[in-house]
Amino acid sequence: MAQIKLSNLRHSYSPNPSSDADYALKKIDLTWDDGGAYALLGPSGCGKSTLLNIISGLLVPSEGKILFNDQDVTALPPAQRNIAQVFQFPVIYDTMTVYDNLAFPLRNRGRDEDIVKRRVTAIAEMLEVTDMLTTRAANLSPDNKQKISMGRGLVREDVNVVMFDEPLTVIDPHLKWKLRSKLKELHQRVKATMIYVTHDQTEALTFADQVVVMQDGEVVQIGTPVELFERPAHTFVGHFIGSPGMNVLPCEVQGGGAFFAGEQLALEGPAKGVADGSAEVGIRPEFVSVSQNGNGVAAHVRKVADVGRHKVVEAIANGSRIHAIMGGEAPNAGDAVKLEFKQSQTRLYKDGWLASTQAEGV
Amino acid sequence: MKTQNQRAWFFVLPVLVLVAFNALIPMMTVVNYSVQETFGDNLFFWQGLDWFEQVLTSERFHNALGRQFLFTFLILIIEVPLGIAIALAMPKKGPWVPFCLVTMALPMLIPWNVVGAMWNIFTLPDIGLLGYFMNHTLGISYDMTQDPIAAWVTIIVMDVWHWTSLVVLLAYAGLVSIPNAYYQAAEIDGASNWAIFRFIQLPKMKTVLTIAILLRFMDSFNIYTEPFVLTGGGPGNSTTLLSIDLVKIALGQFDLGPAAAMSLIYFAITLFASWLFYTLMTMNDNKS
Repeated sequence: MAQIKLSNLRHSYSPNPSSDADYALKKIDLTWDDGGAYALLGPSGCGKSTLLNIISGLLVPSEGKILFNDQDVTALPPAQRNIAQVFQFPVIYDTMTVYDNLAFPLRNRGRDEDIVKRRVTAIAEMLEVTDMLTTRAANLSPDNKQKISMGRGLVREDVNVVMFDEPLTVIDPHLKWKLRSKLKELHQRVKATMIYVTHDQTEALTFADQVVVMQDGEVVQIGTPVELFERPAHTFVGHFIGSPGMNVLPCEVQGGGAFFAGEQLALEGPAKGVADGSAEVGIRPEFVSVSQNGNGVAAHVRKVADVGRHKVVEAIANGSRIHAIMGGEAPNAGDAVKLEFKQSQTRLYKDGWLASTQAEGV
Repeated sequence: MKTQNQRAWFFVLPVLVLVAFNALIPMMTVVNYSVQETFGDNLFFWQGLDWFEQVLTSERFHNALGRQFLFTFLILIIEVPLGIAIALAMPKKGPWVPFCLVTMALPMLIPWNVVGAMWNIFTLPDIGLLGYFMNHTLGISYDMTQDPIAAWVTIIVMDVWHWTSLVVLLAYAGLVSIPNAYYQAAEIDGASNWAIFRFIQLPKMKTVLTIAILLRFMDSFNIYTEPFVLTGGGPGNSTTLLSIDLVKIALGQFDLGPAAAMSLIYFAITLFASWLFYTLMTMNDNKS
């Protein structure tokens, strides 16, 4: 168990990186606390797997250091870092039984057979695979194979961190949910630091206490699922998390007020230090209310999608698309409506980054 | 009720005709020869299983069969591990991959009798590159036309040179199909190089290796052209393998009956050994 610290980390796959664009990881400074459940969330190609492989030691970073409990492990190979990693496709030693698979990491480290037996039995119990211990691993279903590769990571008592690289990709949807709650339960039982890489927001938000959102090799925001949802630090996070994502509307800033389609929008609080000019306003669809003849921004409804629990209204106001989520009766397509934004959830973004501050006492 | 007819048989007919002309009819003529005696002019006398008995009890057949098994055994024991080792050492990506693959494939592209002739000239004691080097530079007496050991070493080395590439290419195909995650997981699990080979690479290569061993077994057990051109079965009978002996009996002595019986026995041994090997190798695949 350890606290993991990444300091000034940069990585490039080309031998002579010249510009920022050559870096898969631009500049990462991050601390993962001991025993935390983290998710690393971002679109494909944003550098999440690169970051994971650097922590596990499969890749050596071009620049920067990795510290486990303040000890520099940058140059250590994976076997000496005492970490575990679960891959996208289940890795199973086909010729061995499930028992031998689970025992493999311990036997490679020369543990006594009775310690091996105790640990394997305990892990098998935890993963609910006790009845499969004597079968050959090659004959298991994909979800059980993935359980075994998780088990190989958890079987060592003193792993510093267990990392999951999109582990549910090949699992059937109805088993995904089961395996995900199993993971959460495992985290509570073994108390090891876990880092879960995914591009699926549901997986990230249900598993993690802290979510790290990445884009283009940079960390955009770190926060609890609620923080990411309510106050995205960047419009990218707003887009990426939520279904549909946050509405981002172009606006003009004049004397500290934000104007959209000629109307001033009431922001959550003052936008300090934002020069006059163009900026963006962000508001979650959950906080947009639609009325036929109330106050607010004039718009017309383009379409209404019924997704079961609620309806998603897509409206066009001054050329911009705005989504709103409604519980009850929704207007019809083509209707002229007024859109009202909840003030405490209306935020100003300048160059993509959050620029408004919350009003005092909110 | 469904209409019953036998029309489906017509669809099988083309294959049946093809197989008949390609395998069954030629083979039946051999069966025909193996149970009769002929003195030409299409005169045949019934002989029963006499030829089979004669072949199976002859010391000459036993010796040739023994040499054949020894040859095939040595070929497999050398070429399979060597092929795997070379495949493991080959680069998995980069500009050298096509170079290595083409270099590996080259020996297999040379016609078999050319291989025999090449090695014959190569090993001539006075003018061959290898022969001259061994005899005159190193001072080691090496003449495969005189010395049975030298003849054996030469045909083995020749076959290793000619056919190890087949094992290399098949093993290599098996190796490159292993996803990188397996190696990464093994590294994290602290597996030694031997454990990686034993538990990841070897199991993943099993299917292609089964094919490789099967092909090398059949080809080396039926080998004819290269040793015939190289040594002609000599010196003496020391490198007279089964196929060479068979041709001597059939075309040299014109003993068509015993030759036919020997062909059938030869074929049966090859078939049985291939079946046995394949069954053993794939036996565990379907076990749950």
